[in-house]
Amino acid sequence: MVRIIGNFDIAEEVVQDSLLAALEKWPEQGIPDRPGAWLMTTARRRAIDLLRRDQRYAEKVALLERSTVSPEPVEADDRLRLIFTCCHPALAQEAQVALTLRAVAGFTTQEIAAAFLVSEPTMAQRIVRAKRKIVEANIPYRVPQGTQLVPRLDAVIAVLYLMFNEGYLSRGPGAAMRRDLAEDALWLASLLTRLLPDQAEVLGLLALMKLHLARSRARFDAAGEMVLLPDQDRALWDAAEIADGVGLLHRAAALNARGPYQLQGAIAAVHAESASWEKTDWAQIVLLYDSLLGFTDTPVVRLNRAVALSRIASPQVALGEVNDLAISLGGYHLFHATRAELLDEVGERALAREARLQALELCHNPAERALLERKLRS
Amino acid sequence: MKYVLLFVGTMEDQERFENLSQEDLATGIEAAGKWFEEYSRAGKIVGGEQLKGPQTATTVRFKDGKPIVTDGPFIESKEIIGGFAIVQVADLDEALEMAKTWPAGPVEVWPAVER
Repeated sequence: MVRIIGNFDIAEEVVQDSLLAALEKWPEQGIPDRPGAWLMTTARRRAIDLLRRDQRYAEKVALLERSTVSPEPVEADDRLRLIFTCCHPALAQEAQVALTLRAVAGFTTQEIAAAFLVSEPTMAQRIVRAKRKIVEANIPYRVPQGTQLVPRLDAVIAVLYLMFNEGYLSRGPGAAMRRDLAEDALWLASLLTRLLPDQAEVLGLLALMKLHLARSRARFDAAGEMVLLPDQDRALWDAAEIADGVGLLHRAAALNARGPYQLQGAIAAVHAESASWEKTDWAQIVLLYDSLLGFTDTPVVRLNRAVALSRIASPQVALGEVNDLAISLGGYHLFHATRAELLDEVGERALAREARLQALELCHNPAERALLERKLRS
Repeated sequence: MKYVLLFVGTMEDQERFENLSQEDLATGIEAAGKWFEEYSRAGKIVGGEQLKGPQTATTVRFKDGKPIVTDGPFIESKEIIGGFAIVQVADLDEALEMAKTWPAGPVEVWPAVER
């Protein structure tokens, strides 16, 4: 619809209207043979109504009336165009995430606001501003081609990963009321793998998400308390999802285009396929982190590598590496929490407690806070 | 659609530019000239100018409706505009592609109001 109408606001409005119409009519009249085409027809009619009221779009009405309903495959292309438009680097990343949720995943503004813990008017304004920029700056509605595809795809992948993390990390008993961002991010990622089957990093992203979600059931105990990886009951992990994730990584590897998401997926796969925390192939994980540093050398990657390193070298060596990150990660609660674990291992109980208190001060996630408080009491 | 490409920089950039050796200055000017020439030949450039240094700029602002003339640019003194190009292209992506090939520092891309 955006491509036909060329106006993001109206296109989105009519698509929402048509979906509402579908929700009303389909239960009574049954689902039409080609639901996509039905939606397009309804949306087109509605768009003509709206545009007729607006003289500025007169020429576009003519265009719409001429256009015929496209066959199904074009709808997939349309969705891909929509994703690339929503994730255009000319928009702020938070706006990219919000727009993608609104326009592609069909979230309401209220749901997005709840997911990112901001007020509804703030989120509404963020979305309106982004839509206005798409129209005013004439951000094109198309899938980038040639050498432009991969860098633009990176932005799309980053948005989906951010969406996934936001959902995955905030999961837990308290988050049950919110719509699950992680599931929607997974859905969008799998849509992307179908639309762009030869992009290794897209497969890597989907694998990474699946391998994380496979552990969902073990992440909280019966009392609703968060359980970290070393203490998780691995019998609760979803073996089918793990096999799926590993299969995706093999497909990605065959494309011979290594990247950071495949590497993170591979790290998750090593964990997923280990019988226990102790039996984990830590040497392999350290190697994978080394490769990952070649793509994204960030303090957070270094922090995670240090945890793996503590298993094959010693906690002292790992602690040294972690301490080096103090300046860049001083405001990050997991830096202090990781330090606390390592300090415990080398017998520095008092220092560990201090680090844990600092972690607690910086942490806002209720489940993680509860875990830190529990450790402080023990 | 029309866009204005602003060639921006910092005061430090300006100082560096002013202290370039004759040779480096010539190379820089040639690269920028080539950029203008190539896109002009492709029909993408509608207009553009290189601007003199910020110490030559004068600002007219209004207080209670009366114009007040002051020395220097209006924008934050740390930033400067070295020049601009007005381009006529299909969409933002095309304007961004042009900006990415500019050989002399950061570029701000502003869509122009259509009348």
